[in-house]
Formats: sequence, structure tokens, C-alpha cells
Amino acid sequence: MLFLNQIMNDAPSSWGLYFQDGASPSYVGITHLNDYLMFYLTFVFIGVIYGIIKTAYQYNSSTYPISNKYATHGSIVEFVWTLIPALVLILVALPSFKLLYLLDEVQKPSMTVKCLGRQWYWSYELNDFVTDENEAIAFDSYMVPEEDLEEGTLRQLEVDNRLVLPIDTNIRLILSSGDVIHSWAVPSLGIKCDCIPGRLNQVSLKIDREGVFYGQCSELCGVLHASMPIVVQGVSLEDFLAWLEENS
Amino acid sequence: MAEQEEQETPQRFTFGTVGFDARFPNTNQTKHCFQSYIDYHRCINAKGEDFVPCKQFWHAFQSLCPSEWVERWDEQRDNGNFPVDL
Repeated sequence: MLFLNQIMNDAPSSWGLYFQDGASPSYVGITHLNDYLMFYLTFVFIGVIYGIIKTAYQYNSSTYPISNKYATHGSIVEFVWTLIPALVLILVALPSFKLLYLLDEVQKPSMTVKCLGRQWYWSYELNDFVTDENEAIAFDSYMVPEEDLEEGTLRQLEVDNRLVLPIDTNIRLILSSGDVIHSWAVPSLGIKCDCIPGRLNQVSLKIDREGVFYGQCSELCGVLHASMPIVVQGVSLEDFLAWLEENS
Repeated sequence: MAEQEEQETPQRFTFGTVGFDARFPNTNQTKHCFQSYIDYHRCINAKGEDFVPCKQFWHAFQSLCPSEWVERWDEQRDNGNFPVDL
């Protein structure tokens, strides 16, 4: 019972503390940075806790009753305990800024998908494939309410119409909103970006493997903010073309 | 844009969308969408509706702009309220 998502954890799980499993280069960047920082953070944490406890034990008033009345400052120690954190911050900033700018790059997208947040569902539009014979693909994605869920499907996460996208394709997502601020977030794909009315935010996406990836609205948007999930289904190119045929 | 050949030969499909535009390098693509819409209408007003290179702007704003924005702007143009001189 403890290992419900045994294959790939692409949805939130109970008591989950670490990331879900990844399916995009953004995710890889984010988790690598997190792991790198966590390593050095552990050293800093142990060092600071050791310093505090050692000082508290060694210099408490019963074991060390006499203190120097004229000790007002200590230049050397102050210099050291400013320099070392500054160096730590530089070590943290360098990979962090690198990732930040890498995430911002839009890598020659092959496709553009518009995701519009509404109260309380998502609307998706794919307009790249519009010709004289067919119309743009546009559909709404509502959460499946609990009473309509099938056995084994995820509560508060399943939707009626999933966003089906091809894998290994550079996709540009254009995020906006029709009413209040929402946020489009799918942890497995390493994406979270606010959807602001009157503004178009661009994020880059490339799905590395087939699968179904779940996310939830991440900006408080009203009563049903917790009930407007996002489901992205990564499929092979052939399946995507078949889906396009079906929907256009 | 979909290109499909006859049933005998394997089908070809070409992905095509708006490329990177150096005028709008950052996350905020609002102006990219609006500018493409303006450019398309200025282009067809200047060159006529059948001028093929104008289609490039049409594809750009079709891909980037939410359809409700496009409908609102079309309505504004019809009413003479569009804020930009086309």
C-alpha cells in the first residue's frame, strides 16, 4: 500500500517529501540544482548547529561565570564569519543563475500551445494546424468530480480532456488567463508559471518520455482553486497526429 | 502547417510555428501577439488580402494570441474602436 505509484511518480503522492519523477530537461536542471544545494546546505547546517550548541554549553553562566567586561568586538572573527557566507552565496548563485537563464530560453519551438486559466478550469488552444479545411483545436479541461471517478483514478487530479502533446518536441506554452490570476504547474515537467489576465507568458517544454503528468493550479483563484488540475499526456508522434485528426 | 501526400507514399507532417523574435526575447510575449496582429492588418491594408507574405503575420498571431483577444480586436476594428492606426 505504501508504494502506490511504483512505476513512475508523475502525480502527487501522500506524504511525498521529494520531487515527483521527471520528464523534461527543466526538471533535470531543477533537481540537480536542488541536490547540489542540499549537499552544501547540510554542511552549513551541521556547522552552525555545532557552533551554537558548543557555545551554549561551553560558555553558559555556571561553567564560565567570568566574562570579559571590555570585549566589544572581534575583528578577525567578524571578518571570517562574513567572508565565508559570502563565498557560500557565490557558490550557490552561480549554478542557480545558470539554471534560471537556461529555463528562460525558448529552444526553436515546433509547436505553440495556449493554456488559458479560467475560474475554475483550463482552456487549451492549438492554432498551429489551422488550414482552410480545418479549424483550430480548442477545448476545455474540467476536473472529474469525485462521484464520477473510475476505480483507481486520482482524486482531485483527473480531468475530462487531457492536453495531449508529442514527446521529444520543443513546445512553446503561452499562458494567460480569462479572469483572475492562475498558475499552470506540472511538477514532473518542471514547469510553474503564473497565468495573468492581459499578459502572455511563454515557457518552454520538451517531454522526454511517454506518460501522464499531473499538476494543479498554483495561484489562489477563488473557491475551487483546488479543483482545477492540469493533466498533460505525452504520446508518440504517431499517436499525436492521430489525436490531431480526431480533434480538428 | 500539415502537408499530406497520397495514400501510397508515407504521410509527411511538418510542424511549424512562430519562431524566436529578437524584439521579444523574454517571457512576456504579449506585445509579440499584439504586434503580429497589427502587422498582419497593416500588411493586408497595404498589399491586399491575397498577398501571400502577409500570411506569416497571420500565422504568428493565430499561434500566439488567445482567440478571445482576436475576436475582441476584430470587433473593435469593425466598430472603428481599434486603438492602433492600421
